[in-house]
Amino acid sequence: MKRFFSIPLVRGLVWFVVGLLAGAAIVTGIRAVMGLELFGTRGFTEPAWVFGGFVATLSFLAGHGVMSDWFKVWRGEEVSEHHEDPEGWLKYLGPSLDHKVIGIQYTITALLLLVVGGVFALIFRTELAFEGMQFLSMDQYNTLMSLHGMVMIVSILLGIAGLMNYLVPLLIGAQDMAFPRLNAFSYWIAVPAAILLLMSMPLGGVETGWTGYPPLSASLNKLGQQMFFLGVFVAGWSSILGGLNLIVTVVRMRAKGMVAFRMPIFAWASIATSLISLTATQLIGLSFQLVMFQRLFGMGFFDPAKGGNPVLFQHLFWFYSHPAVYVFILPGLGIISELLPVFARKPLFGYRWIAMSSLGIALVGFLVWAHHMFTSGMNEYLRVPFMYSTLLVAVPTGVKFFSWVGTIWRGKLQTSTPMLFVLGGIVVFLMGGLSGPPNATVSTDLHLHDTYWIVGHFHDTMFGGFVFPFFAALYFWFPKATGRRMNEKLGQLHFWLMTPSFFVLTLGMMRIGLLGMRRRIADYDPALGFEMSHIVLTIAAFLIALSVLIFLINLVQSIRNGEVATGNVWNSRSPEWQVPSPMPAHNYDQPFEVVGEPYDYGLAGSKYVEFIASAKSKH
Amino acid sequence: MRHFVIVGILVIVTAILTYVGLDSVGLLPVEASAQAVSIDWLWNWQVVAISFLFSLIVVPMAYSLVVFRRRKGDTTDAEHIEGNTTLEIAWTVVPLIIVVIFAYMGAYSLGEIKRVDPDAVVIKVKAQQFQWTFEYPEYGIISTELHLPVNQQVVLKMEAVDVIHSFWVPEFRIKQDVVPGRVTEYRVTPNLVGLYKVRCAELCGSGHAVMEGLVVVSEEVNYEKWLAEQQAIAAAAQTPEGQGKLLVVKNGCGGCHSITSTPLPSAPTWFGLFGSNVELADGSTVVADDAFLTESIVDPTAKEVKGFSPSTMPPYVLTEEEVANIIAYIKTLK
Repeated sequence: MKRFFSIPLVRGLVWFVVGLLAGAAIVTGIRAVMGLELFGTRGFTEPAWVFGGFVATLSFLAGHGVMSDWFKVWRGEEVSEHHEDPEGWLKYLGPSLDHKVIGIQYTITALLLLVVGGVFALIFRTELAFEGMQFLSMDQYNTLMSLHGMVMIVSILLGIAGLMNYLVPLLIGAQDMAFPRLNAFSYWIAVPAAILLLMSMPLGGVETGWTGYPPLSASLNKLGQQMFFLGVFVAGWSSILGGLNLIVTVVRMRAKGMVAFRMPIFAWASIATSLISLTATQLIGLSFQLVMFQRLFGMGFFDPAKGGNPVLFQHLFWFYSHPAVYVFILPGLGIISELLPVFARKPLFGYRWIAMSSLGIALVGFLVWAHHMFTSGMNEYLRVPFMYSTLLVAVPTGVKFFSWVGTIWRGKLQTSTPMLFVLGGIVVFLMGGLSGPPNATVSTDLHLHDTYWIVGHFHDTMFGGFVFPFFAALYFWFPKATGRRMNEKLGQLHFWLMTPSFFVLTLGMMRIGLLGMRRRIADYDPALGFEMSHIVLTIAAFLIALSVLIFLINLVQSIRNGEVATGNVWNSRSPEWQVPSPMPAHNYDQPFEVVGEPYDYGLAGSKYVEFIASAKSKH
Repeated sequence: MRHFVIVGILVIVTAILTYVGLDSVGLLPVEASAQAVSIDWLWNWQVVAISFLFSLIVVPMAYSLVVFRRRKGDTTDAEHIEGNTTLEIAWTVVPLIIVVIFAYMGAYSLGEIKRVDPDAVVIKVKAQQFQWTFEYPEYGIISTELHLPVNQQVVLKMEAVDVIHSFWVPEFRIKQDVVPGRVTEYRVTPNLVGLYKVRCAELCGSGHAVMEGLVVVSEEVNYEKWLAEQQAIAAAAQTPEGQGKLLVVKNGCGGCHSITSTPLPSAPTWFGLFGSNVELADGSTVVADDAFLTESIVDPTAKEVKGFSPSTMPPYVLTEEEVANIIAYIKTLK
């Protein structure tokens, strides 16, 4: 029992509950002194819950131990440069400073949330299959639909953080991230964030969708809305600090000879993504915080009765949330560019153009937010410039597609599981990309906005830009992390089950969206005749879920029983594959020097990196 | 070179097949407004571009996968091709030009949609959870149905009472949010007689899915006839229940309280309510008499009906007589 409570995660969770109760008790005490109502419909009053959640986050982090080194420095005590991690799986529950451990922590948490968000989707998808309400109330439907969105977004953010954390230091030849303690902090703050987000369910739910538009989100009959905002606000910290850490790492810690245009393409994609999450995340935090204050203190930021402006919220919200979709997809597109040359056995076609297109997408992405607001009632003259800027995104995105085709052309393609997911990702992302411009063009968007067409388009971009490449990366680097391979047959089954089902799902969504199916509705007019389509969509959704289940079984099985693979499994030029798997604790025993281009497949005698034999790397 | 020719032909064939396929499926609902014509024109060009670009990427990929695939036993690398700057510049500049053309077409069709007819009929729209209400100020008519004359531009002046809603009739194509604290405009020229539905397109709370209203587009004569009928009904409504019905429409009570035999999810139904036994949240029952209904209208939280949250009901300012009229109207619902 004592051992159980010495596990940092358990300790953190206990402290979370203690902090929650203490924070709520403090506010309730203050309210007692002020003569205000002490208890609400959900136990404590709304301010008590919010302050409790805030304190709980801090006490989780303090109790877990991820801030212990900072406390020691604060008290003037010595801290050691490295920590010894406990043996085995326990190290994943504690405040490890190793970027590989943190990368795996992120990835596992992302997969857990992927399952949670996916189950939410299956539940409300089943409700939608038939006309009329069967087993959910419309309120419950809205809550599940809203949380599906936000849980998946957090899952994606953690997923890309997992990939970047694990891969970037290995790819650029660094011992670790620039700020290992900040790195651990960035991960562990996401844990209470996810708990707060899910707490919104028992506390009354959320009815606004993931966008949380006021005045609906400011109406006081849903306390869950507050926990939703608080959860996202806390998760934002993870994203901002992670972005900062990554930029510093790539700028300062590259191996000898790795000039900008010899960096692996994934490092470029990570930089582009991190620039956005470092500078834009503040805006979603801010906009949600303003609604929280409107609810808590009656500040009328978005309340027209008090001189506020509901449309202002949408500007603040989308200023982050549009660039955020590029945060989600850029690392995935980087994975596609990184893996294609390995499996085509050809250089990456137009390496510099692909590298620059990531930055191009990131920069143009900052100037397009109001295309989500063409029907919002904002100043009409703003619509045309935002149409032009949005359509411009198609140009750097097109460069990527054409360059991928250039890489594939005449390549000796070999279709093992990671490559299948790369190719699937390209086609799915292409469908997402091509269904985008009609939404960017004002007049057609007037029809498409807020319909199921948009839902289909968005899922195409997220699956093509994140989910498919994410799976590709997991299959590809699994041997690096474990020294074993994932089962190839199950991998192929996963792909061939998921991909057709996914096409049916999103094309079906777009089809009924065009015909009049609105998004975010718990039920639909029988006169529209959509029931058959919804039954098909629901079956497709369950097949996707089944394929992911197969993946998870494969993952767990292969950790113990997978075929041993310690060498250069994929015959890659990348430095991490030049040393045996699994990677030792402090990465490369000998530092390496970059002596060639990263993707010169097919050029006899060329090498990307060479290990410097004489110098022992300093730990 | 041979490969390029084959792929070029395949791309064009696939593009044409994709376009013809998409076009013959019938992607959009009936076109029922002058504005829809301009939107559908642009949409059609977008489908052309989508079909072509889809083929342009997927066909060479598929061709490569089949024709250049790794043969059994071959472990050598492929040809060392690093890139081609001319190609890269071409596929940056050409899409840039296409994109600008589409943006121009978008702006042009937006201009067509916004074309103002100075003689447009003005109708006021009120959106609230979960009800659309339409007011014809020249005729003193308030209705939950939107009746429009065909081939005549109308401009809807829209206001929201509580949260953001969005006015969308799929057959008209256009969509416009209705935002608290401001008046937004929706300009449309229906050109096809028929029955349609306005469907709220911005999530507005629990009953969002059912926030739909009937839209009737009819010939000028039938439209005039409807207006005259409504005026007659309004004039005849001097009885308490007639006045009550007007109040119910005006305040949008029907958005949450059903007045037909089909109940709504957000609030207790009024159909057959008077005189019935109502189960309360605390387990007791009460008879829905004048006293109970009056109390529930004036102070919804006084007695909580089982299964519903009274805090969702917004406050209404009503005189004693108006409350009595509403109850008189409720008595007629059975």
